[in-house]
Amino acid sequence: MAENINSRQSHIRNFSIIAHIDHGKSTLADRILEATQALTKREMKEQTLDAMDLERERGITIKLNAVELTYKAPDGETYIFHLIDTPGHVDFSYEVSRSLAACEGALLVVDAAQGVEAQTLANVYLALENNLEVIPVINKIDLPNADPDRVKKEIEDVIGLDASEAVLASAKTGIGTDEILKQIIEKIPAPQGDPDAPLRALIFDSLYDSYRGVVVYVRIVDGTVKVGDRIRMMASGKTFEVTEVGVSTPKIEARDRLSVGDVGFLTASIKSVHDTRVGDTVTHADRPAAAPLPGYRRMNPMVYCGLYPIDTARYNDLREALGRLELNDAALQYEPETSEALGFGFRCGFLGLLHMDIVQERLEREFNIDLIATAPSVIYKVGLTDGSTVSVGNPSEMPERKFIAEVEEPFVKATIMTPNDYVGAIMELCQKKRGEFKNMEYLDENRTNVIYDLPLSEIMYDFFDSLKSSTKGYASLDYEMNGYKAGDLVKMDILLNGERVDALSVIVHKEFAFDRGKAIVEKLKELIPRQQFEVPIQAAIGQKVIARSTIKALRKNVLAKCYGGDVSRKRKLLEKQKEGKKRMKAVGSVEVPQEAFMAVFKMSQDD
Amino acid sequence: MTRGAYIHIPFCDHICFYCDFNKVFIKNQPVDDYLLALDREMAHYASMGPAKTIYIGGGTPTALDEEQFERMLDSADRHFMHSGIEEFTVEANPESMTDEKLCLMKKYGVTRLSIGVQSFDDGLLKAIGRAHGAEDAKEAVRRAEDSGFDNVTLDLMFALPGQTETSLQESLEAAAALGTPHVSIYSLQIEPKTIFFNRMKSGKLRLPGEDIEADMYGRIIFELEKHGLHQYEISNFAKSGYEGIHNSLYWHNEEYYGIGAGAHGYVDGRRYANAGPIKKYIGLVAERGYSETLSHEVTSREKMEEEMFLGLRLLKGVSKKRFQEKTGRPIKSIYGEQIERLKAQGLLKESGDRVALTKKGVFLGNNAFEAFLLS
Repeated sequence: MAENINSRQSHIRNFSIIAHIDHGKSTLADRILEATQALTKREMKEQTLDAMDLERERGITIKLNAVELTYKAPDGETYIFHLIDTPGHVDFSYEVSRSLAACEGALLVVDAAQGVEAQTLANVYLALENNLEVIPVINKIDLPNADPDRVKKEIEDVIGLDASEAVLASAKTGIGTDEILKQIIEKIPAPQGDPDAPLRALIFDSLYDSYRGVVVYVRIVDGTVKVGDRIRMMASGKTFEVTEVGVSTPKIEARDRLSVGDVGFLTASIKSVHDTRVGDTVTHADRPAAAPLPGYRRMNPMVYCGLYPIDTARYNDLREALGRLELNDAALQYEPETSEALGFGFRCGFLGLLHMDIVQERLEREFNIDLIATAPSVIYKVGLTDGSTVSVGNPSEMPERKFIAEVEEPFVKATIMTPNDYVGAIMELCQKKRGEFKNMEYLDENRTNVIYDLPLSEIMYDFFDSLKSSTKGYASLDYEMNGYKAGDLVKMDILLNGERVDALSVIVHKEFAFDRGKAIVEKLKELIPRQQFEVPIQAAIGQKVIARSTIKALRKNVLAKCYGGDVSRKRKLLEKQKEGKKRMKAVGSVEVPQEAFMAVFKMSQDD
Repeated sequence: MTRGAYIHIPFCDHICFYCDFNKVFIKNQPVDDYLLALDREMAHYASMGPAKTIYIGGGTPTALDEEQFERMLDSADRHFMHSGIEEFTVEANPESMTDEKLCLMKKYGVTRLSIGVQSFDDGLLKAIGRAHGAEDAKEAVRRAEDSGFDNVTLDLMFALPGQTETSLQESLEAAAALGTPHVSIYSLQIEPKTIFFNRMKSGKLRLPGEDIEADMYGRIIFELEKHGLHQYEISNFAKSGYEGIHNSLYWHNEEYYGIGAGAHGYVDGRRYANAGPIKKYIGLVAERGYSETLSHEVTSREKMEEEMFLGLRLLKGVSKKRFQEKTGRPIKSIYGEQIERLKAQGLLKESGDRVALTKKGVFLGNNAFEAFLLS
């Protein structure tokens, strides 16, 4: 038995694919699935690993997937591959780090034309930190502008990896797939670990299934787990009885056990993903491991916004929908809140803006709830004059200025990788965004890493767009949280028709308040349609109005066209108008469209 | 007998830049076959009961040659003419309204001419694709009167690209000077499948904004009222006794036959639309005597809605008594809340039996009409 397990263990290869968006990760995964005949051609849907519609549309992976593949190598041996997919966005970098921790190796996929990007770099460093064997793959070599030699040199100069054996591939046409499989076997070490030691399994993902409860994806580091075992989550302390173990091939296949090196799932009648936090260690309740696996960190929301149903009658539907999403999304937080302008809703916490967008979109699409989202806000730490500190994630709840001693805001360490030509433009941009210069690293003769400390709120606001436009899209950005710093921050209120609209309040740096205020009132003027009366829009700090604009009264809205006897056209026009109003929220006496609430936040560079 | 008969002539000898009606260039079209089909379709509807009004519109009815024009009039005459006919209107364009056609219309008992003028500004007429000049239009009106037509209406347009308030003022004055007892004035709507629509999409069309449009509309009402043409509908002005009878059927939510390619009708509680393409129209009529391709049984909810959003277009508004007679429900039991709200907003007024738009409501009609949709 032990002999068997050891032999099996030596034939396991666990790996991830690291790639920048669009560099071809999903296509390569498809080729590997095909080569191992995990799926017949007929079963292949393009890009099998990206399961949610949203993921397909956005071309990114949000939820992880792990598959077990059986590969008959040309040497006659049969290998077990576990391919663990990683989310492709900085919002989910902790999940990336845990799925990398579940592997011994990684394929680094770099576009043969575009070269190494900042996001890729960040993930490669994560992989190297986790002692992964990294296999460079230069993809899309069949493109006319491919320059594999330059990209090889980049991989060596920028990352410091030996790229002499980098695979030249085209995941689209299948060039290089065999070589990739060969290198996986030769270069990636088999998993270490003691099958007889107490169980230690790393949770790298979990999802809620309405029939089976939470499906926990684990990598077995030590020991063995089987159906009927009493298990304990070492961080949460919760215990469960295992009802099922298995792997995805990618079809779900039940197994009688998972042992060292295995990557698969277990279910144990677990009700909520909150009990199965990514990074936690699963052990046996009656024979626990002495210490959990390193690196567990509870993910905390970085960004908050208010979500309100446009139709107030759907508050309960929204609560239910959030509850359903939360079952499957341990990073999502929400609690009820009330807005004078919007009524009853929820303040929700997200890992980042993408996470926020995804949750909003799922609520609208899967649950059919028309939402108003307020502008996202970071969490401010507000020191009060009485010596206490409060956290403020909703700008309208900022205490009155006379009670505030100091406001601190979260900062990030931003690493911007750029062609040398744009260093000046980037420094100018960072300066404008209240950045603090930290460092500059010359990566090779063409590229530089510019490192700044930047307020998270500025990154959220329009930094990424500005960065792209001031570098013609060449610069790429990665960032990590870097503590709090005090700043001269104030709350700016927006008044419509003389009434403060709490849902439109924002926290701004005093120095930028005037410009932001002006931009916001102008944008709102554009977005809010004319009403039957004139509507003044004001931006104010405390009692002081710093910017204003006016929406003129609606003067003519009547169909004075000759339609003859065609009543259906008149009807359609009126129905369309009425439908449009349904997507607006009456704030006091003013009808405000959905998108206006985001306007205080989403403004392009030109505004 | 409350129905009207609308007869559509889908031919034009040129296409105006703003027009999205069902029409085609007359050249190389099977006009004679069309007129035959039209005759058959008239017979089909005439058998359902007489009409109290006849309205021949287009397209451009006067784009037909004289012989064809007479055949068209003859069909209408045979199928729908009777001693009790209350109004018989024909639309005419200045450049193709010949004296011969005027004579024919007189002969066949046409009582009212609707002349497509649009503007008395030559530059503007050219810019919207009209084939006539301001003088042609004035002359056409005089010729119509000389032929014995006293009931003449002019079609004018406003909010046209490049139109100034001065130009509009001049057109209003020219219309008033001609002294026709009726004027219709429509604001330009950019519709898909028009030349203007394409120009707008490529950013080449400069339209007056809402404020200028509102100023123009105010000026129109003021100027025409000054000359004794009172506003009786959002786009229609008349001296007392000259209000359009056929068009009023639409606003009173009454029934009408729709005859001809692309025409719309409302018969026995059903609204229908005829086949639009000429050949398809001719084929269908040959096959079964009529060309209806789409129809919809008006529900009682829709009937109430239409009673309101059509009826309120008339300045005299909706009669509460008639609403109840036609729908079987007291108006307040259906629309009490809406009426009160719109009154509070200053869009609606109520006096005696009538609910009507206020002056402000006339400018913001759609805001009021929308409130009466029940879904």
